Amino acid sequence: MRARLLLLLVLVFGLGQAAEANSMYPLDSAKQDAQFQHLLKALRCLVCQNQDLADSNAGLAKDLRDQVYQMVKDGESDSDIIRYLSSRYGDFILFDPPVKAVTALLWYGPAVFLLLGLLLFWRISFKRSAS
Amino acid sequence: MNNIKIWRLLPFVIFTLLVFFFWRGLSLDPKKLPSVQLGQALPDFRLPLLNDPGKDLTPANLRGRVALLNVWASWCAACVDEQGFLMKLAGQGVPLFGLNYKDDPEQARAWLTEWGNPYQMIGSDAAGKVAIDLGVYGAPETFLLDARGVIRFRHVGVLDDVSWTRDFLPRIRQLQEES
Repeated sequence: MRARLLLLLVLVFGLGQAAEANSMYPLDSAKQDAQFQHLLKALRCLVCQNQDLADSNAGLAKDLRDQVYQMVKDGESDSDIIRYLSSRYGDFILFDPPVKAVTALLWYGPAVFLLLGLLLFWRISFKRSAS
Repeated sequence: MNNIKIWRLLPFVIFTLLVFFFWRGLSLDPKKLPSVQLGQALPDFRLPLLNDPGKDLTPANLRGRVALLNVWASWCAACVDEQGFLMKLAGQGVPLFGLNYKDDPEQARAWLTEWGNPYQMIGSDAAGKVAIDLGVYGAPETFLLDARGVIRFRHVGVLDDVSWTRDFLPRIRQLQEES
């Protein structure tokens, strides 16, 4: 019973791993393979929004995976592929929003708030000790 | 002394700001993504017509007047909810075009016989490539196109009376005044 369960586990997870690794998307070089895997992790599935393209089983995610695969295979760069997708789906498809005027507060806000907090702390305790 | 009091109010001001943003965030729908395609011309495409695969649907067919491009599929449950309203629009003479998204043509035709066909022409996008170019991430989606074939508005989800009168009618009126 236990052996059978183990076998089942090995089959389920082992096969899953193998399928995910290479057989579905064969690429010429290890470099392209790394690029493909890295892009899939950086891109959001738009249907199930908290999954990346690598994990999602949605139909659209599969289409986008195929698209990214084709572009990687054609030797296009990360920035080309990301531009292709974000010009269609917007920056939301990227897990890391690009630094732009609109996203400046998002990127630098925490530092600004930290400074503000320090300033406030300094002012209050300074004034208190002075009086 | 007065100076200190103003400084001490700052956390409260920040707190109020945060509450405002969180409160607004509650009423935002994360499923509704802004379209980056607004103000851009339709991507170039050539799709076989669903009812006449020998002929094609191209952006040229959609130009010449304000038109709607509706992305639908027979596997899409919400598309059934929308169909009644689309039939009504077609009855009013609104130029409606269909993009059959990742569908089996046979099933799509059967679906139209069952629920009615409000479209003037339907392009069959079996591979979903044109949908990717349009930034479609679900069905149904409806695009409002001006006479030059530029995308002016995109509605995600079921098109109903509420969104029609709120989002579409004012824009259509404005576009017709412009031309």
